[in-house]
Amino acid sequence: MNGRRVVVTGIGVVSPVGSSKDTAWPAVREGRSGIGPIKGFDTSDYSVHIAGEVNDFDPLDHFSKRELNRLDRFVQFALVAADCALQDAALDIEGEDLRRVGAYIGTGIGGLHEIEAQHTRLLRSGPNRTSPLMIPKLMTNAAAGQVAMRYGLLGPSMSVSSACASASHAIGEAGDCIRNGMADVQICGGSEAAITPMGLSGFQQMRALSTRNDDPKAASRPFDLNRDGFVMAEGAGVLILEELEHASKRGASILAELIGYGASSDAYHITLPEPDGRGAARAMANALADAGVEPEEVDYINAHGTSTPAGDDVEAKAIVSVFGDAARDLAVSSSKSIFGHLLGASGALESAVCIWAIQDDIAPPTINLTDPDPECCGLNFVPHQAQERPIEVAISNSFGFGGHNVSLVIRQFDG
Amino acid sequence: MASDVRERVISLIAERMDVDPDQITDDTHFVNDLQSDSLDMAELVIDLEEEFDLSISDEEAQKIETVGQAIKHIEESQQ
Repeated sequence: MNGRRVVVTGIGVVSPVGSSKDTAWPAVREGRSGIGPIKGFDTSDYSVHIAGEVNDFDPLDHFSKRELNRLDRFVQFALVAADCALQDAALDIEGEDLRRVGAYIGTGIGGLHEIEAQHTRLLRSGPNRTSPLMIPKLMTNAAAGQVAMRYGLLGPSMSVSSACASASHAIGEAGDCIRNGMADVQICGGSEAAITPMGLSGFQQMRALSTRNDDPKAASRPFDLNRDGFVMAEGAGVLILEELEHASKRGASILAELIGYGASSDAYHITLPEPDGRGAARAMANALADAGVEPEEVDYINAHGTSTPAGDDVEAKAIVSVFGDAARDLAVSSSKSIFGHLLGASGALESAVCIWAIQDDIAPPTINLTDPDPECCGLNFVPHQAQERPIEVAISNSFGFGGHNVSLVIRQFDG
Repeated sequence: MASDVRERVISLIAERMDVDPDQITDDTHFVNDLQSDSLDMAELVIDLEEEFDLSISDEEAQKIETVGQAIKHIEESQQ
């Protein structure tokens, strides 16, 4: 990246495999799946009965009833993740020049729980009985707005919505916001809570989801020949990004450096990736160029790898096209095999995984990869078990419906 | 019947505003005592409409500033 340097000083997550580094990272590292039967509502009439739900989350542990009345589930997740990230960063927010602090929080869908609740009221009781809080609860920028209000942030805040690339776009844009001098600190990432009757129905009807209902933990199997779709998940990931001098001055513990952000569009199809992976490849190449990093310097890629028949092989081809011979030396894994697909939040949780991988020099596994798809180019997908190996530079890939591609390059902080 | 309306109104307000029903009196002022904003008031009006199966116009709603006024409005509407 040109200009000011951007470092990560805090991480907060809410996920199907736990809502702290102490729970989520061991689960990812050890390949313990967070997928199970859906408990949030009755799915008997659906063809899909499984997802990665956040089951250890009681909103009343975090919010008053009155606060909850104004917060959709996706906003609740974002606020809790933001709080954890700020604590992790040991950032005394009240001591900051709040004009220099902002929040960029992405979401793919927004407040689907609220949309459904209010649509039910509309049909049942008519247009004069829906909630006046409906719009401010469901809007995609509700998470960014609520985070800004909670901490009194006066700098640039917004939501980014690019389907499953939302969180990665948000982190990339937040990094640029600091890099170009508009802010010194960004609370950024993504949040999603779309495991609802409509959300599940919609993705099911696209035939995008795995129907391996009888074996939930084996359902998400990126790069495997027998993959049959992704598994919906929910949660949030938030990173605290800081300008390097700002972090150094306050003696912050620096977890990693965000050194590259690349994005591109497929301009091809509303759901299918461009079959040669040229869009994905352009995002990776742009990110490497932005970082000033050669392909052979990259040690690990946390792949988008959703477990859809249409997507995984295209990503593998894109990696080969960018990395050439260096692709053989890479570790490439999909953590979605473990926690499912958090849609617009996935890029934030997976960036967190990249940082943890760098910190521990461990490439976390792709589980359920028993029969690698030959179309996936024979890369080292870290099947079943984590691999201990030096990881200095990692890439997180995220691709969204609509043809949005984002790659983030994260490097071990070396002063 | 009157006390029944009072109980139901207070219970709705307590639930909506997350306060102890014992702390709500006729004199409790929505804005000054319960820190209601315009969205809370709009929600509360819908709660009352649903609970008592009646319609409260915006003009009428704007005149309701205290719990006692809300109770009085419901009681009069039901007569």
